[in-house]
Amino acid sequence: MITKRIIACLDVQAGRVVKGVQFVDLIDAGDPATQAARHAREGADEIVLLDITATHEGRATLLDTVRRTARELFVPFCVGGGIRSAGDAAQVFEAGADKVSVNSAALADPMLIDAIGRSFGAQAVVVAIDARRDPEAADPVRDAQVLVQGGRKLTGRRVVEWAREAEARGAGEILLTSMDSDGMRTGFDCELTAAVSEAVSIPVIASGGAGTVEHFVDVFGRGKADAALAASIFHFGVSSARSLKEELARAGVSVRLPC
Amino acid sequence: MRVTVIDYKAGNLTSVLKALHHLGAEAEVTDGNLAPIEKAERIVLPGVGHFAATQRLDATGLTTAIREAISRGVPFLGICVGMQWLYAGSSEAPEQPGLGCFAESCTRFSESKEKVPHVGWNSLEIRPNSCLLAGVEPGEYVYFTHSYKAPVTADTAAVTHYIEPFASAVERGNVMGVQFHPEKSGTAGLNILSNFLKWEGTE
Repeated sequence: MITKRIIACLDVQAGRVVKGVQFVDLIDAGDPATQAARHAREGADEIVLLDITATHEGRATLLDTVRRTARELFVPFCVGGGIRSAGDAAQVFEAGADKVSVNSAALADPMLIDAIGRSFGAQAVVVAIDARRDPEAADPVRDAQVLVQGGRKLTGRRVVEWAREAEARGAGEILLTSMDSDGMRTGFDCELTAAVSEAVSIPVIASGGAGTVEHFVDVFGRGKADAALAASIFHFGVSSARSLKEELARAGVSVRLPC
Repeated sequence: MRVTVIDYKAGNLTSVLKALHHLGAEAEVTDGNLAPIEKAERIVLPGVGHFAATQRLDATGLTTAIREAISRGVPFLGICVGMQWLYAGSSEAPEQPGLGCFAESCTRFSESKEKVPHVGWNSLEIRPNSCLLAGVEPGEYVYFTHSYKAPVTADTAAVTHYIEPFASAVERGNVMGVQFHPEKSGTAGLNILSNFLKWEGTE
Protein backbone atom coordinates (compact mmCIF):
# COMPACT_ATOMS: atom_id res chain seq x y z
CA MET A 1 0.00 0.00 0.00
CA ILE A 2 1.28 3.44 -0.89
CA THR A 3 2.17 5.40 2.23
CA LYS A 4 1.70 9.04 3.14
CA ARG A 5 5.02 10.85 3.05
CA ILE A 6 6.50 12.96 5.82
CA ILE A 7 8.94 15.38 4.27
CA ALA A 8 11.48 17.13 6.45
CA CYS A 9 12.22 20.69 5.37
CA LEU A 10 15.45 22.52 6.12
CA ASP A 11 15.55 26.27 5.62
CA VAL A 12 19.09 27.15 4.74
CA GLN A 13 20.91 30.45 4.63
CA ALA A 14 24.57 30.79 3.73
CA GLY A 15 25.16 27.09 4.19
CA ARG A 16 23.56 26.83 7.65
CA VAL A 17 20.12 25.70 8.77
CA VAL A 18 18.46 28.80 10.15
CA LYS A 19 15.26 27.41 11.56
CA GLY A 20 12.83 24.58 11.31
CA VAL A 21 14.16 21.92 13.62
CA GLN A 22 15.42 22.32 17.11
CA PHE A 23 15.82 18.77 18.27
CA VAL A 24 19.26 18.08 16.86
CA ASP A 25 22.49 17.81 18.78
CA LEU A 26 23.53 21.34 19.57
CA ILE A 27 27.00 20.68 18.27
CA ASP A 28 25.79 20.21 14.74
CA ALA A 29 22.59 22.17 15.03
CA GLY A 30 23.19 24.25 11.97
CA ASP A 31 24.70 21.85 9.49
CA PRO A 32 22.30 20.87 6.68
CA ALA A 33 24.14 17.65 5.77
CA THR A 34 24.08 16.42 9.37
CA GLN A 35 20.45 17.30 9.85
CA ALA A 36 19.33 15.78 6.57
CA ALA A 37 21.13 12.54 7.37
CA ARG A 38 19.55 12.45 10.81
CA HIS A 39 16.05 13.03 9.46
CA ALA A 40 16.54 10.27 6.89
CA ARG A 41 17.83 7.90 9.56
CA GLU A 42 14.85 8.67 11.76
CA GLY A 43 12.34 7.94 9.07
CA ALA A 44 11.74 11.10 7.03
CA ASP A 45 10.60 9.96 3.59
CA GLU A 46 12.19 12.83 1.78
CA ILE A 47 14.28 15.92 2.45
CA VAL A 48 13.60 19.41 1.13
CA LEU A 49 16.29 22.03 1.37
CA LEU A 50 15.06 25.57 0.84
CA ASP A 51 17.61 28.28 0.24
CA ILE A 52 15.82 31.19 1.87
CA THR A 53 18.32 33.82 0.83
CA ALA A 54 18.50 32.64 -2.74
CA THR A 55 20.79 35.44 -3.75
CA HIS A 56 22.95 35.34 -6.80
CA GLU A 57 26.10 35.57 -4.67
CA GLY A 58 24.92 32.67 -2.57
CA ARG A 59 24.72 30.18 -5.47
CA ALA A 60 28.19 28.71 -5.01
CA THR A 61 27.56 28.22 -1.28
CA LEU A 62 24.21 26.61 -2.01
CA LEU A 63 25.68 24.22 -4.56
CA ASP A 64 28.37 23.26 -2.08
CA THR A 65 25.69 22.67 0.58
CA VAL A 66 23.63 20.55 -1.83
CA ARG A 67 26.69 18.52 -2.76
CA ARG A 68 27.61 17.87 0.88
CA THR A 69 24.02 17.07 1.85
CA ALA A 70 23.43 14.73 -1.09
CA ARG A 71 26.64 12.78 -0.63
CA GLU A 72 25.35 10.35 1.99
CA LEU A 73 21.61 10.84 1.51
CA PHE A 74 19.74 7.93 -0.04
CA VAL A 75 16.16 9.20 0.08
CA PRO A 76 14.62 11.65 -2.40
CA PHE A 77 16.19 15.09 -2.06
CA CYS A 78 14.53 18.26 -3.31
CA VAL A 79 16.16 21.70 -3.47
CA GLY A 80 14.35 25.01 -3.84
CA GLY A 81 15.01 28.70 -3.66
CA GLY A 82 16.46 30.90 -6.33
CA ILE A 83 16.10 28.50 -9.24
CA ARG A 84 15.33 30.85 -12.10
CA SER A 85 16.37 28.93 -15.18
CA ALA A 86 16.83 25.41 -16.51
CA GLY A 87 20.56 26.11 -16.19
CA ASP A 88 20.20 26.82 -12.45
CA ALA A 89 18.23 23.58 -12.12
CA ALA A 90 20.89 21.62 -14.02
CA GLN A 91 23.56 22.79 -11.56
CA VAL A 92 21.46 21.73 -8.59
CA PHE A 93 20.82 18.29 -10.15
CA GLU A 94 24.47 17.92 -10.94
CA ALA A 95 25.23 18.66 -7.27
CA GLY A 96 23.02 15.73 -6.28
CA ALA A 97 19.41 16.91 -5.96
CA ASP A 98 16.69 14.59 -7.32
CA LYS A 99 14.06 17.31 -7.62
CA VAL A 100 13.96 21.08 -7.75
CA SER A 101 11.18 23.24 -6.46
CA VAL A 102 10.29 26.39 -8.37
CA ASN A 103 7.92 29.10 -7.25
CA SER A 104 8.16 32.76 -8.26
CA ALA A 105 10.35 32.08 -11.29
CA ALA A 106 7.71 29.69 -12.63
CA LEU A 107 5.02 32.32 -12.12
CA ALA A 108 7.13 34.90 -13.93
CA ASP A 109 7.85 32.46 -16.75
CA PRO A 110 5.68 29.32 -16.72
CA MET A 111 7.77 27.86 -19.58
CA LEU A 112 10.43 27.18 -16.94
CA ILE A 113 8.33 24.19 -15.80
CA ASP A 114 8.25 22.78 -19.34
CA ALA A 115 11.98 23.37 -19.78
CA ILE A 116 13.08 21.58 -16.60
CA GLY A 117 10.58 18.77 -17.14
CA ARG A 118 11.79 18.18 -20.69
CA SER A 119 15.41 17.85 -19.63
CA PHE A 120 15.07 16.04 -16.32
CA GLY A 121 11.60 14.47 -16.33
CA ALA A 122 8.39 15.52 -14.62
CA GLN A 123 9.35 13.62 -11.45
CA ALA A 124 12.13 16.16 -10.96
CA VAL A 125 9.92 19.28 -11.01
CA VAL A 126 8.03 20.40 -7.92
CA VAL A 127 5.98 23.56 -8.31
CA ALA A 128 5.66 25.35 -4.98
CA ILE A 129 2.53 27.47 -4.59
CA ASP A 130 1.89 29.95 -1.78
CA ALA A 131 -1.85 30.58 -1.56
CA ARG A 132 -4.22 32.65 0.54
CA ARG A 133 -8.00 32.28 0.56
CA ASP A 134 -9.84 35.10 -1.19
CA PRO A 135 -12.99 36.02 0.73
CA GLU A 136 -14.08 38.24 -2.17
CA ALA A 137 -14.05 35.41 -4.70
CA ALA A 138 -17.08 33.33 -5.64
CA ASP A 139 -15.17 30.30 -4.35
CA PRO A 140 -12.72 31.57 -1.69
CA VAL A 141 -10.90 28.24 -1.60
CA ARG A 142 -10.56 27.14 -5.24
CA ASP A 143 -9.97 30.76 -6.20
CA ALA A 144 -7.44 31.37 -3.43
CA GLN A 145 -4.87 33.98 -4.42
CA VAL A 146 -1.42 32.83 -5.45
CA LEU A 147 1.24 34.98 -3.80
CA VAL A 148 4.97 35.52 -4.11
CA GLN A 149 7.63 37.22 -2.01
CA GLY A 150 6.70 35.41 1.16
CA GLY A 151 3.03 36.22 0.75
CA ARG A 152 3.51 39.94 0.28
CA LYS A 153 2.72 40.19 -3.41
CA LEU A 154 -0.36 39.09 -5.36
CA THR A 155 0.19 37.48 -8.75
CA GLY A 156 -3.36 37.58 -10.05
CA ARG A 157 -3.27 33.79 -10.32
CA ARG A 158 -5.86 31.53 -8.67
CA VAL A 159 -4.65 28.41 -6.93
CA VAL A 160 -6.61 25.68 -8.73
CA GLU A 161 -6.05 27.07 -12.22
CA TRP A 162 -2.33 27.59 -11.54
CA ALA A 163 -1.92 24.07 -10.13
CA ARG A 164 -3.65 22.65 -13.21
CA GLU A 165 -1.46 24.70 -15.53
CA ALA A 166 1.66 23.55 -13.67
CA GLU A 167 0.57 19.92 -14.10
CA ALA A 168 -0.20 20.43 -17.79
CA ARG A 169 3.24 21.95 -18.28
CA GLY A 170 4.94 18.95 -16.76
CA ALA A 171 5.20 19.48 -13.02
CA GLY A 172 5.55 16.22 -11.12
CA GLU A 173 4.29 17.45 -7.73
CA ILE A 174 2.69 20.48 -6.12
CA LEU A 175 4.02 21.85 -2.82
CA LEU A 176 1.10 23.86 -1.50
CA THR A 177 1.60 26.31 1.36
CA SER A 178 -1.39 27.98 2.95
CA MET A 179 -0.37 31.52 3.81
CA ASP A 180 -3.42 31.79 6.08
CA SER A 181 -2.21 28.88 8.20
CA ASP A 182 1.55 29.22 7.90
CA GLY A 183 3.09 29.76 11.31
CA MET A 184 -0.28 29.64 13.08
CA ARG A 185 -0.07 26.05 14.34
CA THR A 186 -3.84 25.77 14.07
CA GLY A 187 -3.72 23.02 11.46
CA PHE A 188 -3.24 22.74 7.71
CA ASP A 189 -5.84 24.35 5.47
CA CYS A 190 -7.53 21.05 4.62
CA GLU A 191 -10.19 22.59 2.34
CA LEU A 192 -7.52 24.33 0.27
CA THR A 193 -5.36 21.21 0.11
CA ALA A 194 -8.31 19.00 -0.88
CA ALA A 195 -9.42 21.47 -3.56
CA VAL A 196 -5.99 21.38 -5.20
CA SER A 197 -5.47 17.64 -4.67
CA GLU A 198 -8.80 16.86 -6.34
CA ALA A 199 -8.05 19.19 -9.24
CA VAL A 200 -4.78 17.52 -10.29
CA SER A 201 -3.53 13.97 -10.76
CA ILE A 202 -0.02 14.66 -9.46
CA PRO A 203 0.79 14.41 -5.74
CA VAL A 204 0.12 17.39 -3.50
CA ILE A 205 2.40 18.12 -0.56
CA ALA A 206 0.63 20.11 2.16
CA SER A 207 2.52 22.79 4.05
CA GLY A 208 1.75 25.43 6.64
CA GLY A 209 -0.08 25.32 9.91
CA ALA A 210 0.86 22.05 11.55
CA GLY A 211 0.72 22.24 15.31
CA THR A 212 -0.13 18.72 16.43
CA VAL A 213 0.01 15.16 15.16
CA GLU A 214 -3.78 15.35 14.69
CA HIS A 215 -3.26 18.09 12.12
CA PHE A 216 -1.27 15.64 10.01
CA VAL A 217 -3.98 12.98 10.41
CA ASP A 218 -6.50 15.56 9.27
CA VAL A 219 -4.61 16.75 6.17
CA PHE A 220 -3.99 13.17 5.00
CA GLY A 221 -7.68 12.38 5.47
CA ARG A 222 -9.93 15.35 4.88
CA GLY A 223 -7.21 17.31 3.10
CA LYS A 224 -6.46 14.45 0.64
CA ALA A 225 -2.75 15.32 0.81
CA ASP A 226 -0.26 12.79 -0.51
CA ALA A 227 2.54 14.13 1.62
CA ALA A 228 3.05 16.76 4.28
CA LEU A 229 5.95 19.05 4.91
CA ALA A 230 7.16 19.00 8.48
CA ALA A 231 9.22 22.13 8.81
CA SER A 232 9.08 22.21 12.55
CA ILE A 233 7.14 19.19 13.75
CA PHE A 234 9.74 18.82 16.39
CA HIS A 235 8.38 21.82 18.19
CA PHE A 236 5.14 19.97 18.70
CA GLY A 237 6.04 17.43 21.30
CA VAL A 238 7.38 14.75 19.00
CA SER A 239 11.09 14.25 19.00
CA SER A 240 11.64 12.82 15.52
CA ALA A 241 10.09 11.81 12.24
CA ARG A 242 9.93 8.33 13.69
CA SER A 243 7.74 9.29 16.65
CA LEU A 244 5.50 11.41 14.42
CA LYS A 245 5.04 8.40 12.14
CA GLU A 246 4.44 6.04 15.02
CA GLU A 247 1.65 8.29 16.23
CA LEU A 248 0.25 8.56 12.70
CA ALA A 249 0.29 4.78 12.35
CA ARG A 250 -1.62 4.47 15.63
CA ALA A 251 -4.17 6.90 14.20
CA GLY A 252 -4.62 4.65 11.17
CA VAL A 253 -2.54 6.59 8.63
CA SER A 254 -0.47 4.39 6.32
CA VAL A 255 3.17 5.41 6.81
CA ARG A 256 6.57 3.83 6.26
CA LEU A 257 8.01 2.79 9.59
CA PRO A 258 11.70 2.06 9.10
CA CYS A 259 13.19 -0.56 11.36
CA MET B 1 33.74 -4.10 -8.32
CA ARG B 2 33.42 -2.38 -11.65
CA VAL B 3 30.06 -1.28 -13.04
CA THR B 4 29.29 0.26 -16.39
CA VAL B 5 26.45 2.76 -16.13
CA ILE B 6 24.67 3.69 -19.32
CA ASP B 7 23.80 7.33 -19.88
CA TYR B 8 21.13 7.74 -22.53
CA LYS B 9 20.43 11.36 -21.68
CA ALA B 10 17.17 10.73 -19.86
CA GLY B 11 17.41 12.44 -16.53
CA ASN B 12 20.44 12.60 -14.32
CA LEU B 13 22.70 9.81 -13.16
CA THR B 14 24.13 11.53 -10.10
CA SER B 15 22.07 9.60 -7.53
CA VAL B 16 22.75 6.18 -9.04
CA LEU B 17 26.48 6.87 -9.30
CA LYS B 18 26.59 8.16 -5.75
CA ALA B 19 24.90 5.02 -4.41
CA LEU B 20 27.24 2.75 -6.38
CA HIS B 21 30.28 4.66 -5.12
CA HIS B 22 28.94 4.45 -1.58
CA LEU B 23 28.85 0.66 -1.95
CA GLY B 24 32.47 0.64 -3.05
CA ALA B 25 31.87 0.09 -6.74
CA GLU B 26 33.93 1.75 -9.40
CA ALA B 27 31.41 3.14 -11.86
CA GLU B 28 32.20 4.02 -15.43
CA VAL B 29 29.67 6.00 -17.46
CA THR B 30 29.18 5.44 -21.17
CA ASP B 31 26.87 7.46 -23.39
CA GLY B 32 27.27 5.76 -26.71
CA ASN B 33 30.81 4.46 -26.74
CA LEU B 34 30.44 0.70 -27.14
CA ALA B 35 33.89 -0.35 -25.96
CA PRO B 36 33.03 -0.20 -22.23
CA ILE B 37 30.00 -2.46 -22.84
CA GLU B 38 32.13 -5.01 -24.64
CA LYS B 39 34.32 -5.46 -21.59
CA ALA B 40 31.74 -4.63 -18.92
CA GLU B 41 31.70 -6.70 -15.73
CA ARG B 42 28.27 -5.44 -14.70
CA ILE B 43 25.85 -3.07 -16.40
CA VAL B 44 23.33 -0.69 -14.87
CA LEU B 45 20.75 1.05 -17.03
CA PRO B 46 19.10 3.80 -15.00
CA GLY B 47 16.29 5.79 -16.43
CA VAL B 48 13.62 8.27 -15.66
CA GLY B 49 11.26 9.97 -18.01
CA HIS B 50 9.74 8.77 -21.22
CA PHE B 51 10.08 5.30 -22.77
CA ALA B 52 10.74 6.96 -26.13
CA ALA B 53 14.12 8.12 -24.79
CA THR B 54 15.35 4.52 -25.09
CA GLN B 55 15.40 5.12 -28.86
CA ARG B 56 18.88 6.53 -28.22
CA LEU B 57 20.05 3.05 -27.19
CA ASP B 58 19.10 1.72 -30.62
CA ALA B 59 20.54 4.71 -32.47
CA THR B 60 23.94 4.40 -30.79
CA GLY B 61 24.23 0.63 -31.13
CA LEU B 62 24.03 0.20 -27.37
CA THR B 63 21.01 -2.10 -27.69
CA THR B 64 22.99 -4.64 -29.69
CA ALA B 65 26.02 -4.33 -27.42
CA ILE B 66 23.86 -4.83 -24.31
CA ARG B 67 22.10 -7.83 -25.86
CA GLU B 68 25.50 -9.41 -26.51
CA ALA B 69 26.74 -8.64 -23.00
CA ILE B 70 23.64 -10.21 -21.50
CA SER B 71 24.12 -13.35 -23.58
CA ARG B 72 27.74 -13.52 -22.33
CA GLY B 73 26.26 -13.68 -18.83
CA VAL B 74 27.12 -10.13 -17.71
CA PRO B 75 24.83 -9.16 -14.80
CA PHE B 76 22.43 -6.43 -15.90
CA LEU B 77 20.21 -4.19 -13.78
CA GLY B 78 17.58 -1.91 -15.28
CA ILE B 79 16.09 0.77 -13.02
CA CYS B 80 12.64 2.34 -13.59
CA VAL B 81 12.37 2.93 -17.37
CA GLY B 82 15.54 0.81 -17.54
CA MET B 83 13.50 -2.12 -16.20
CA GLN B 84 10.59 -1.44 -18.55
CA TRP B 85 13.03 -1.48 -21.47
CA LEU B 86 13.73 -5.17 -20.74
CA TYR B 87 10.19 -5.97 -21.92
CA ALA B 88 8.92 -6.07 -25.49
CA GLY B 89 7.79 -2.46 -25.30
CA SER B 90 5.54 0.03 -23.56
CA SER B 91 2.27 1.65 -24.48
CA GLU B 92 3.99 4.93 -23.58
CA ALA B 93 5.83 4.77 -26.92
CA PRO B 94 4.25 1.96 -28.98
CA GLU B 95 6.56 2.57 -31.95
CA GLN B 96 9.68 2.02 -29.82
CA PRO B 97 10.59 -1.63 -29.13
CA GLY B 98 12.23 -2.68 -25.90
CA LEU B 99 14.97 -5.28 -25.58
CA GLY B 100 12.41 -8.08 -25.43
CA CYS B 101 14.11 -10.20 -22.74
CA PHE B 102 10.65 -10.51 -21.27
CA ALA B 103 7.90 -11.07 -23.82
CA GLU B 104 5.24 -8.91 -22.17
CA SER B 105 4.69 -5.18 -22.59
CA CYS B 106 4.42 -2.35 -20.09
CA THR B 107 1.18 -0.42 -19.79
CA ARG B 108 -0.14 2.65 -18.03
CA PHE B 109 -1.93 2.23 -14.72
CA SER B 110 -5.66 1.79 -15.29
CA GLU B 111 -7.99 4.74 -14.81
CA SER B 112 -9.21 4.86 -11.25
CA LYS B 113 -9.78 7.26 -8.41
CA GLU B 114 -6.09 6.94 -7.50
CA LYS B 115 -3.51 9.37 -8.81
CA VAL B 116 -1.18 8.56 -11.65
CA PRO B 117 1.83 8.84 -11.42
CA HIS B 118 2.41 6.48 -8.52
CA VAL B 119 4.78 8.53 -6.38
CA GLY B 120 6.06 7.59 -2.95
CA TRP B 121 7.09 4.71 -0.73
CA ASN B 122 5.27 1.44 -1.29
CA SER B 123 5.93 -2.10 -0.11
CA LEU B 124 7.45 -5.14 -1.79
CA GLU B 125 5.86 -8.57 -1.76
CA ILE B 126 8.98 -10.59 -2.43
CA ARG B 127 8.77 -13.90 -4.26
CA PRO B 128 10.93 -16.82 -3.17
CA ASN B 129 14.37 -17.46 -4.66
CA SER B 130 15.16 -13.92 -5.77
CA CYS B 131 18.91 -13.27 -5.65
CA LEU B 132 18.44 -9.55 -6.15
CA LEU B 133 16.11 -9.23 -3.17
CA ALA B 134 17.87 -11.72 -0.91
CA GLY B 135 17.76 -10.59 2.72
CA VAL B 136 15.21 -7.85 2.07
CA GLU B 137 12.44 -7.97 4.66
CA PRO B 138 8.98 -8.89 3.34
CA GLY B 139 6.89 -5.74 3.08
CA GLU B 140 9.96 -3.49 2.92
CA TYR B 141 9.21 -0.01 1.57
CA VAL B 142 10.97 1.43 -1.47
CA TYR B 143 10.53 4.67 -3.43
CA PHE B 144 8.57 4.74 -6.70
CA THR B 145 7.80 7.41 -9.26
CA HIS B 146 6.20 6.14 -12.48
CA SER B 147 3.00 5.98 -14.56
CA TYR B 148 3.71 2.81 -16.53
CA LYS B 149 4.36 -0.66 -15.12
CA ALA B 150 5.18 -4.23 -16.02
CA PRO B 151 2.73 -7.12 -15.56
CA VAL B 152 3.15 -9.83 -12.95
CA THR B 153 4.53 -13.01 -14.58
CA ALA B 154 6.64 -16.04 -13.69
CA ASP B 155 9.78 -13.86 -13.88
CA THR B 156 8.46 -11.35 -11.36
CA ALA B 157 10.72 -11.09 -8.30
CA ALA B 158 8.51 -8.72 -6.31
CA VAL B 159 4.94 -7.53 -6.56
CA THR B 160 3.66 -4.13 -5.43
CA HIS B 161 0.04 -3.06 -5.20
CA TYR B 162 -1.13 0.28 -6.53
CA ILE B 163 -4.44 0.40 -8.40
CA GLU B 164 -3.52 -3.14 -9.48
CA PRO B 165 -0.69 -5.57 -8.70
CA PHE B 166 2.38 -4.93 -10.85
CA ALA B 167 5.95 -6.25 -11.10
CA SER B 168 8.14 -4.03 -8.92
CA ALA B 169 11.14 -6.28 -9.63
CA VAL B 170 11.92 -8.81 -12.32
CA GLU B 171 14.72 -11.36 -12.47
CA ARG B 172 15.76 -14.13 -14.79
CA GLY B 173 19.32 -15.33 -14.38
CA ASN B 174 21.67 -12.41 -14.97
CA VAL B 175 18.90 -10.06 -16.15
CA MET B 176 17.33 -8.00 -13.38
CA GLY B 177 15.13 -4.95 -13.18
CA VAL B 178 13.50 -2.80 -10.51
CA GLN B 179 10.64 -0.39 -11.07
CA PHE B 180 11.50 1.54 -7.91
CA HIS B 181 14.61 3.62 -7.26
CA PRO B 182 17.01 1.61 -5.08
CA GLU B 183 19.35 4.61 -5.00
CA LYS B 184 16.57 6.59 -3.27
CA SER B 185 15.16 3.85 -1.07
CA GLY B 186 17.33 4.16 2.01
CA THR B 187 19.05 1.13 3.50
CA ALA B 188 16.70 -1.32 1.78
CA GLY B 189 17.60 0.11 -1.60
CA LEU B 190 21.32 0.05 -0.90
CA ASN B 191 21.05 -3.61 0.13
CA ILE B 192 19.37 -4.42 -3.18
CA LEU B 193 22.09 -2.62 -5.16
CA SER B 194 24.67 -4.44 -3.08
CA ASN B 195 23.04 -7.78 -3.94
CA PHE B 196 23.36 -6.84 -7.61
CA LEU B 197 27.03 -5.90 -7.18
CA LYS B 198 27.69 -9.27 -5.52
CA TRP B 199 25.57 -11.31 -7.93
CA GLU B 200 27.52 -14.32 -9.18
CA GLY B 201 24.78 -16.45 -10.65
CA THR B 202 22.43 -19.03 -9.31
CA GLU B 203 24.39 -22.15 -10.27
